[in-house]
Amino acid sequence: MTELLVWLAIALTAASGLLGAPFARGTATAQRAPVWSMVAGSAAGLAAGVRVLVGSALRVAHPWPVPGGALSLRVDPLAAMFLIQIFLIAALGSIYGLGYWRDDEHGGTGRKLRAFYGLVTAGMALLVVAGNAVLFLVGWEVMALSAFFLVSTEDEEPAVRAAGLVYLVATRLGTLCLFAYFAVLRSINGSFELRAPELAAADPRATALFVLALVGFGLKAGAMPLHVWLPGAHANAPSHVSALMSGVLIKMGIYGLARFLTWFPAPPAWWGAVILGAGAVSGVLGVVFALAQHDLKRLLAYHSVENIGIILLGLGVGLLGRAYGDEAIFALGDGGALLHVCNHGLFKALRFLGAGSVVHATGTREIDVLGGLSRRMPYTAGGFVAGAVAICGLPPLNGFVSELLIYLALVRACSHAASGLFAAGAVGAPTLAMIGALAVACFVKVIGVAFLGEPRSERAARAHESGPAMLAPMAVLVGCCAAIGLVPQLFAPVLDAALTAFARPASAGGVVRALSSPSSPSSPSSPSSPSALSSLSALAPLSTLSVVSFALVLALAAGLAWARRVRAVAPAPVPTWDCGYAAPSARMQYTSSSFAATLVDLFSSVLRPTRHAPSVRGPFPSPTALRTHVPEVVLDHAVTPSFRLVARGLVWFRWVQRGAIQLYVLYVLAALVVALLVWR
Amino acid sequence: MSIVDVALHVLVTLVAPPLLLGVINKTKAAFAGRVGPPLLQAYFDLARLFRKGSVFSATTTWVFRAGPIVALVAAAFAAMIVPYGARGAALSFAGDMILFAYLFALGRFFTVAAALDTGSAFEGMGGAREATFSVLAEPALFLGMMVLVRLTGSSSLATMLGGGLGGLWARSGASLVMVVASLLVVLLVECSRIPFDDPNTHLELTMIHEVMVLDHSGPLFGAVLYGAAIKLFVLGALVVRLALPIDTGVAVYDWGLFAAGMLGLAVAIGVTESVMARLRMRQIPSLLVGACLLSAFGIVLLAR
Repeated sequence: MTELLVWLAIALTAASGLLGAPFARGTATAQRAPVWSMVAGSAAGLAAGVRVLVGSALRVAHPWPVPGGALSLRVDPLAAMFLIQIFLIAALGSIYGLGYWRDDEHGGTGRKLRAFYGLVTAGMALLVVAGNAVLFLVGWEVMALSAFFLVSTEDEEPAVRAAGLVYLVATRLGTLCLFAYFAVLRSINGSFELRAPELAAADPRATALFVLALVGFGLKAGAMPLHVWLPGAHANAPSHVSALMSGVLIKMGIYGLARFLTWFPAPPAWWGAVILGAGAVSGVLGVVFALAQHDLKRLLAYHSVENIGIILLGLGVGLLGRAYGDEAIFALGDGGALLHVCNHGLFKALRFLGAGSVVHATGTREIDVLGGLSRRMPYTAGGFVAGAVAICGLPPLNGFVSELLIYLALVRACSHAASGLFAAGAVGAPTLAMIGALAVACFVKVIGVAFLGEPRSERAARAHESGPAMLAPMAVLVGCCAAIGLVPQLFAPVLDAALTAFARPASAGGVVRALSSPSSPSSPSSPSSPSALSSLSALAPLSTLSVVSFALVLALAAGLAWARRVRAVAPAPVPTWDCGYAAPSARMQYTSSSFAATLVDLFSSVLRPTRHAPSVRGPFPSPTALRTHVPEVVLDHAVTPSFRLVARGLVWFRWVQRGAIQLYVLYVLAALVVALLVWR
Repeated sequence: MSIVDVALHVLVTLVAPPLLLGVINKTKAAFAGRVGPPLLQAYFDLARLFRKGSVFSATTTWVFRAGPIVALVAAAFAAMIVPYGARGAALSFAGDMILFAYLFALGRFFTVAAALDTGSAFEGMGGAREATFSVLAEPALFLGMMVLVRLTGSSSLATMLGGGLGGLWARSGASLVMVVASLLVVLLVECSRIPFDDPNTHLELTMIHEVMVLDHSGPLFGAVLYGAAIKLFVLGALVVRLALPIDTGVAVYDWGLFAAGMLGLAVAIGVTESVMARLRMRQIPSLLVGACLLSAFGIVLLAR
């Protein structure tokens, strides 16, 4: 039954674009049929996920003619968690698309968009349920390539084409690493079936697997400095696509890391340290770059880098805990990371849908020309504020719960006897605190400049509230954020199940015997049994937190009701006082650049902001303007120059590039024949 | 912790905070050779404000009203987590120090948003400064907390600042001295005191906290002042407990000691404000980085 649901979900979402094809272009049915198919498929996928979570895991294998094993599916609680997230956000996004990307506004692109939207969903679902490397890679490639077409939906614009190209190159590089990863894995396991490799102590192949997974999946997740494709792609894709990509697609990288790294029962400590370091760098720099952006969707994209950083912090400290034999740290760190994956999916989708409504209403992504939107679009603004509170990790919403779990892991690490764990905790917790404070600054800036105050332009003044097709998905997402925030104890068993599922060693015999680092000679290195994992509700005070959250919500509601009464009896509103200045204008308000100026200055050695400040001379200077801009430093200063260098070095190789697809297929065939001759 | 202590904890949180402001102002007046406002002036101000009406700007929305309310409620909830002297906290669980820090972040989020809601350049300026300086204050706070976590193995404030604190001073006094100094800096910046911000200044361009609430009036401004007083009291209680790790075992003496410590802190703040000038805005980040480094030294000392 579960298997049937999974196949049904994949088929219905993959084919959703086709269902619109028989109907005349631009008609309501042509737009709605794919959405119904997406919703039906997603319902099947959600049902499958829930069945696995409450029942038993699915594990089946069918014979198939493809070389390299069987057509095997594996849906354990970890996969089920990701399935639920994929289908929930994909369905909501497709409903949102009905209002956001109407055919009468966007001409011919709607059909293509819906077709690839379904395909990307199906690809992600396939890779999550795959129990075989070939099937996994098929899903991965369907996802990665469909996403390219989604990013370049508006391919008549140069910026969109450039972003699409960068994405394509990045995703090809990532796939290359994954091919290598699975090749190494097959050389160890002797089959493409996905199971934990049995490696001897200090085997260099374990290191190879780690590095390949880190680069391959890190590229998809967008961890710094592998994030170069992410800001452009997220900013230029249609907003519900950005929501899906940022909320779910980049998490496939995290899924890969979680699945393929944590199946080592005793990973070397330096793996955890590397992931922790990558998380800290991504977290701090992601949000710092976000602060410096003026483009609403680019800002949100950098925030995804930040949140991937938080997730990696959790994964990293969890792995470290496991390396030193402390399963409680593992459960808290990785459990927190998994919950944050889920939370980030919810609130980042919410933010991107909200940003889409703003773009739809005003026609611009530039924060500095907006303002006063909360009067014109109150529901969108409410959703945006809720999303901001959640994403900053503030109580009482869901972001706080997952960050609390990661903090608890770091705190435990900090009081651990092993110096490696102590260092991780002592560095990690203040870093996470700094990320949190930066996130508050960043989102207060967005809300304050875009939604509050007076409109800075005609466009913002003429903004209108979105329709129900766009508001309803946002309302559902707000509800989910509130549910996880208010009753987190209900979700702890799901996390426990997911943790035991992916933490169970396939065989107790051969494991990576690590802990060779000289700093920790005496650490316990016995392979942990799954029963050593304690439940998260025992490790974290989730029920107490739930009570406190409810009390906080009640107190806030009472206070706001009182303030409302104060407002009701107040005399008629007057202009803002502004220290007695008589004629304040909307242009005098603080802009996003001025709000972030001090922080950008503090981090200017990394951000390298450019200022175009014309000099003002004479008693009657002509009108002038100050412009600041923060480039994508890694892309502009490292990646592009080095790629250009490589391209120059490889000019002589151009002769193979004939531009004829038949020729390329011939190359593939020739390469295959040669490979078979060499290795058989 | 007995029910009497819990009741006292709540009562003290609700009643005592404005008194600190009175003590600070009396100290400053004494230094300046003035009589100064009455000790209970802050209570009179609050009573007057809560009886008044409010004036609202036409630009503002519900966010403007939410600012003072969220800040007040968050500070009051945070107060429940902090132990007052040796008598423990009203609410404690593993990881409550994280909730403690994030409650203040929640308050800050809405205070700054409310400032931006008025569309005034001055208030935007104040909001930007508040958000910027907290970026450096939060790591300082957490580094200090991590020292206590390392020493006690707990992440609950009531345990971290619990009965064993005296022993910790004997064992790792050097680290704790640095934490106290660092937390004192965090307290001064978070509560907008000299040398970071001058609550009595009259030049909007140079203010941080006061400039964010320029447009609030009447009961809502009362809520702002009350919330700020509670915040000062709560962060003060943290520093006082850390600096006075004495457990007498007798409730009356413990409460008395706590009260004396809080009054002493208020006098110390008053003295600081009398003898120091406000720092230039550009120097504030350097001092905060200094506070972070101080706590970092404290934690490195524990790595032995």
